[in-house]
Amino acid sequence: MSMTYLDITGVGIEFDTNGSKFRALQNVNLKMDKGEFISLIGHSGCGKSTVLNIVAGLYQATEGGVVLEGREVTEPGPDRAVVFQNHSLMPWLSVYENVALAVNQVFRRSKTRAERRDWVEHNLRLVNMEHALDKLPGEISGGMKQRVGIARCLAMQPRVLLMDEPFGALDALTRAQLQDSLMKIQAELGNTVMMITHDVDEAVLLSDRIVMMSNGPAATIGEILPVTLERPRDRLALAEDPRFVHLRQQVLEFLYAKQAPAQPARDSTGVCESLAGGEKLDSAPRLVSATGNEAPVKAGEPGDSGSEAA
Amino acid sequence: MSDTLVAAKPDMRFEQMMEKLKPARVAQVLVLPAIGILLFGLLWQFSASRIETSLGEFPGPVQVWEQLRGLGQEHVKAREKAAAFYQRQEDRNAKKLAADPEATVKWRKYTGKPTFIDQVFTSLLTVTVGFLIANLFAIPIGILCGLSSGVYKAVNPLIQLFKPVSPLAWLPLVTMVVSATYSVEDPLFDKAFLNSAITVALCCLWPTLINTTVGVASIDRDLVNVSRVMALSPLVHVRKIVIPAAIPMIFTGLRLSLATGWMVLIAAEMLAQNPGLGKFVWDEFQNGSSDSLGRIMVAVLVIGLVGFMLDKLMLTLQRKVSWDKQAVLR
Repeated sequence: MSMTYLDITGVGIEFDTNGSKFRALQNVNLKMDKGEFISLIGHSGCGKSTVLNIVAGLYQATEGGVVLEGREVTEPGPDRAVVFQNHSLMPWLSVYENVALAVNQVFRRSKTRAERRDWVEHNLRLVNMEHALDKLPGEISGGMKQRVGIARCLAMQPRVLLMDEPFGALDALTRAQLQDSLMKIQAELGNTVMMITHDVDEAVLLSDRIVMMSNGPAATIGEILPVTLERPRDRLALAEDPRFVHLRQQVLEFLYAKQAPAQPARDSTGVCESLAGGEKLDSAPRLVSATGNEAPVKAGEPGDSGSEAA
Repeated sequence: MSDTLVAAKPDMRFEQMMEKLKPARVAQVLVLPAIGILLFGLLWQFSASRIETSLGEFPGPVQVWEQLRGLGQEHVKAREKAAAFYQRQEDRNAKKLAADPEATVKWRKYTGKPTFIDQVFTSLLTVTVGFLIANLFAIPIGILCGLSSGVYKAVNPLIQLFKPVSPLAWLPLVTMVVSATYSVEDPLFDKAFLNSAITVALCCLWPTLINTTVGVASIDRDLVNVSRVMALSPLVHVRKIVIPAAIPMIFTGLRLSLATGWMVLIAAEMLAQNPGLGKFVWDEFQNGSSDSLGRIMVAVLVIGLVGFMLDKLMLTLQRKVSWDKQAVLR
């Protein structure tokens, strides 16, 4: 049997909510190769984050399991670093110290003090944050914070980099910059990445495969769409590329035709994690921009920008 | 870029200074409190002159001010007396040694009555020791309770049970236990001092304990997850994440604790006869001279003022320790 790099087999999970059982995931199967970039996309409450948290080891699957390089995942660890949506930097540590906290933990035996210092600075250079080593997170912008969050994860040299809506809380222009940075770093380091996103363009632009999830409860993987666009990818050139437009179309069709958005009636039963409108897919406004007009400013998401400010 | 930053700073400072000197601000900071104090003083003087007690008229602000000066002068005199005592003792011993180098000389401590100012410092020492003893236990236990719901469930009933207990109920027990267990030759601490300090500790344990627990338990889930992903050891987790995150709540607890401790101390000193402000008040009450009420009133005001200063001190400490320099503390 040939060994897969990351193997998610028959994963399902049940949550206990006030005594009643709620099945969030059922029979999720996914294999990833080394160096592959996969996006998980789906409506709110479909369990994308749950899949990622199971791979991270933050949740334990009720049945099935995750095997990474031949070893089963049982607990969280730095080999599966997670970039959280809200950067999650320690506000009391400087940019340097935030990354150093991870580096000192992961390499406390294998690297000398000087090597660790160089490694922290190297990773901050990768994300273009070497100018702000001594700044506190409160003193830099949301995009910069997320850059530091990514540097912290890269510095752990994870076998899989897990990203939970990493750019969801950023404005469209910052988001584009970070996507470009991520593509560059990805080309350089060849990380294996699993990213959750709400943004159809982002999924097509960054991924090797897009994993589309059906709606919950008992959500599972609906379709997997391979993205065969050659790298490096250029967002401007791709915007008019018929293959790109077609891929987008396919994702949108899955999301809106095959898996219509969850109805408010179902939300109110507590099945979905957020009410309609709290969190929404970005694709609708982009349909306009696909006609050639380069103004893909998405509608403001008050909840998101609020959490960024905090 | 750094040049512009340096250049910008003095201007900012100047503007901030001007901001402080604006009439509207001066009114808020100085005039309004002054009006409040003045009104209170008038009311006090007015009503005091109408209250006749067995020790004479209730003291107004003027009499209290005189008593305050009297207490200050007493302190100066007592110090002079003590200095004279030590001088005499030194001379005597020196003479004795000059006559016979083998002679055994005795050094005695001056045993005059402690003055009001001595009492204030004794009280401060007692409350500090009690406060430190309490927090030596309260902060670590609070952190444990916040980290583990199991520990919390085990400890919580005890917190709820002992939190409302008055210091006066603890004091007899503390006194008996201390006199039974603390019997050394030439003790470092006076027993009465220990009694009051431990009683203070028992009462100011709770606010810090509860606030630390809440502060630790309400750390952002994401930060805890980051720590789990990094696989930080429990000690590093507590040092780098739990304590900084909980510092504001810990300080809220510490400030409440210190205020409680100071309040409790006076009562404990009255009963334990530990030299301190409480004993001063009690002695003056028993003394019953025509000055007594004025002196007690001085003590009341000093107790209030010291309590206020202790709180300010904690606030300053919090500003120093806290990472969030923008946070509004009050």
